[in-house]
Amino acid sequence: MSETLFRRIKDLPSTHLLGTGVPTCAGCGGLQALHQIYDVFGEKTVFVNAAGCMTLLSVYPFTPFRGSWLYTAMGAAPAGAQGIRDALDIQLQKGQIKKEDDLQTVVLTGDGSAYGMGMSATSSAIERGLDFVYICYDNEGYGNTGQQFSEATPHAARTSTSKGPQGYPGFKKDLFSIWAAHKPSYVATVIGAEPLDLARKIEKAKEKKGPRLILALSPCPTGWNYDPKDTADIGRLAVRTGIWPLKEYEDGKVVHTKIPRKRLPVEEYLKLQGRFSHLFEPTRNEEILNGIQERVDTYWAEVDGG
Amino acid sequence: MTRKLLTGNGAAAWGARLAQVDYIPAFPITPQTEIIENLENWIDNEGMPARMTTLESEHSMITAAGAAAATGVRVFSATSSQGLLYAMEMLYTVAGWRAPFVLTNVSRGLAAPITLEPDHNDIMAARDCGFLQIHCADCQEVLDSVLIAYRLGEDKRVRLPVIVNLDGFYLSFTREPVEIPDPEAVARFLPPYDPENIRFSASTPISQAVAVLGGTPYSYFRYESHLAAQKALEVYDEITTEFTEEFGRPREALESYRTEDAEYLFFQIGSFATKAREAVDRLRESGWAIGLIRPRLFRPLPEEHIRKALAGKKGVTVIDQNLAPGRGGVLHSELGSVLFGHANMPGILVSFIGGLGGRDISTEEYFEMAMVTREAVKEGRPPPPRLLYTETELREVEKLQAIANMERIELGAKP
Repeated sequence: MSETLFRRIKDLPSTHLLGTGVPTCAGCGGLQALHQIYDVFGEKTVFVNAAGCMTLLSVYPFTPFRGSWLYTAMGAAPAGAQGIRDALDIQLQKGQIKKEDDLQTVVLTGDGSAYGMGMSATSSAIERGLDFVYICYDNEGYGNTGQQFSEATPHAARTSTSKGPQGYPGFKKDLFSIWAAHKPSYVATVIGAEPLDLARKIEKAKEKKGPRLILALSPCPTGWNYDPKDTADIGRLAVRTGIWPLKEYEDGKVVHTKIPRKRLPVEEYLKLQGRFSHLFEPTRNEEILNGIQERVDTYWAEVDGG
Repeated sequence: MTRKLLTGNGAAAWGARLAQVDYIPAFPITPQTEIIENLENWIDNEGMPARMTTLESEHSMITAAGAAAATGVRVFSATSSQGLLYAMEMLYTVAGWRAPFVLTNVSRGLAAPITLEPDHNDIMAARDCGFLQIHCADCQEVLDSVLIAYRLGEDKRVRLPVIVNLDGFYLSFTREPVEIPDPEAVARFLPPYDPENIRFSASTPISQAVAVLGGTPYSYFRYESHLAAQKALEVYDEITTEFTEEFGRPREALESYRTEDAEYLFFQIGSFATKAREAVDRLRESGWAIGLIRPRLFRPLPEEHIRKALAGKKGVTVIDQNLAPGRGGVLHSELGSVLFGHANMPGILVSFIGGLGGRDISTEEYFEMAMVTREAVKEGRPPPPRLLYTETELREVEKLQAIANMERIELGAKP
């Protein structure tokens, strides 16, 4: 990170490219991250979207994007990016478009598509070495349909389809490692509440070629059941409790970019969210809370400096 | 112009090569695979200036095809059967993008039971997706139809993707002499693709395929697609007139074979219609006034052409190589709605289902179907739809069932 333009908060772009007035919920952590990402990527981009919350950013005849947009379908966004990238390469090669008219192909999907339905299209796009950036706004559930659990839902979270006393019985799928196992050019986790870390990673991703993933944990007031004003606090707590490790993969190595020196207890993060309130009330569910804390501790025990 | 023995698959690949396609998203499936194998070989070993990308599924393949067409290049792709259905979500989706490209479908029956052999249930399932459809009866027509399909889909008045359909095995793997037109002649007929404003480029940002809120804009865009598809009929007539001038082969929306003085007609699409032609010749020899109507263009359905061709006829034998369970044949119900309520239309349409999963339709069966139709006209009412099947076939299946039963008993099942 020695070459970064973003050393301090005041180095971050002061003009914002993404338009306002979009129909996302108040306090949307996905939109918070997208604003920051778009400021760095800029308008020479074509966003290829899959079904999810962000599909409603571009509703005829409005769009907040200064660049281009194509809506595809829930399972197909990386294939849409493939078609556009191939076509642009053909046009460049045949001299049908100028170099300066070329675009960065950016896939934008939620976790439902990224962790589940779009997995096959994603895996093969990485395998083909497609030159694209995949942005996943991960709000840990099928948010746009009312927060049913997805493969990104964390253990014990209450969702519209896991309303029992134990919450969601499964465990969050490790998309970062699944991507890294494909040996792509770049994988990074980010969160809108850590804008400097995010901007440096986008800056780095922008300079690279090949398959790149930006995985943004996206606190979701509607789906996680908390006050919209708490989005940034919850985001910071996700990092400081160690439940959302900020890291990146490049050249075969995983590096943690922000290691919480004194990790806060994970319940500091959980107790702000209605989706975990059944772990605290009417009685504390020590077994589940301890289990979550142990898994976080085990993760960091294996990280250098963690 | 050269003349070569080509399979239907080979002819489809030649069509794409002559159309100078830029991009071929691909995925193998029997009986289509030879098309993409041919193209890959030309790209890798003969300098064909196109790019092929193999996707991981037909769903992704059609997405990439639509996205590349929406970026402004000429796209070709091919599939069959289960692949066409796997891509179904994207067929509807990319048709709405109004970015034209050509997809060859090599017809094959659908699971279950799973089979490799042909019928038309796959292509009929794509009937309402918004792609135009051209159906071929021989290998020459496959090559010609690919060229026509580009002119048609890319026409400003149309701007829709087009499926060129050929029957698996009967065309895909059958070698016939095919005239391969000179590239200069093709270039006169099919100019380079002009994507107009359909493109992604930094200096002209655009949002394509965005969401709409409410039925009013939704209906507007859906109606636009429908009107464009309807307009495609007139455009098809124009284009095929030009095609005939350039290449000497008629490719009208409707093939009419010995129909003028006919009282009875066979109505069928695809390669089996050549069997119907043969049956017409034989029946004519024994004094029947009978002919054949074969729509090449199925979407848009050339309704006026059909009514004109059927005016004054007594009875029509409709042969469907598809089966809508609980309903019957798709062509039969489509034809019924085209004729109903119009003056001077044949009063009797007799529905036959046959040729499923590669099952042949014999000349004798055509004779029988014609006789059933004549009887129905005499009686003044159509019989219920018939499923073509012979006693011999039933005996064959009973033998298979007997073997299955013996095996079960040997494994300890109670008889």
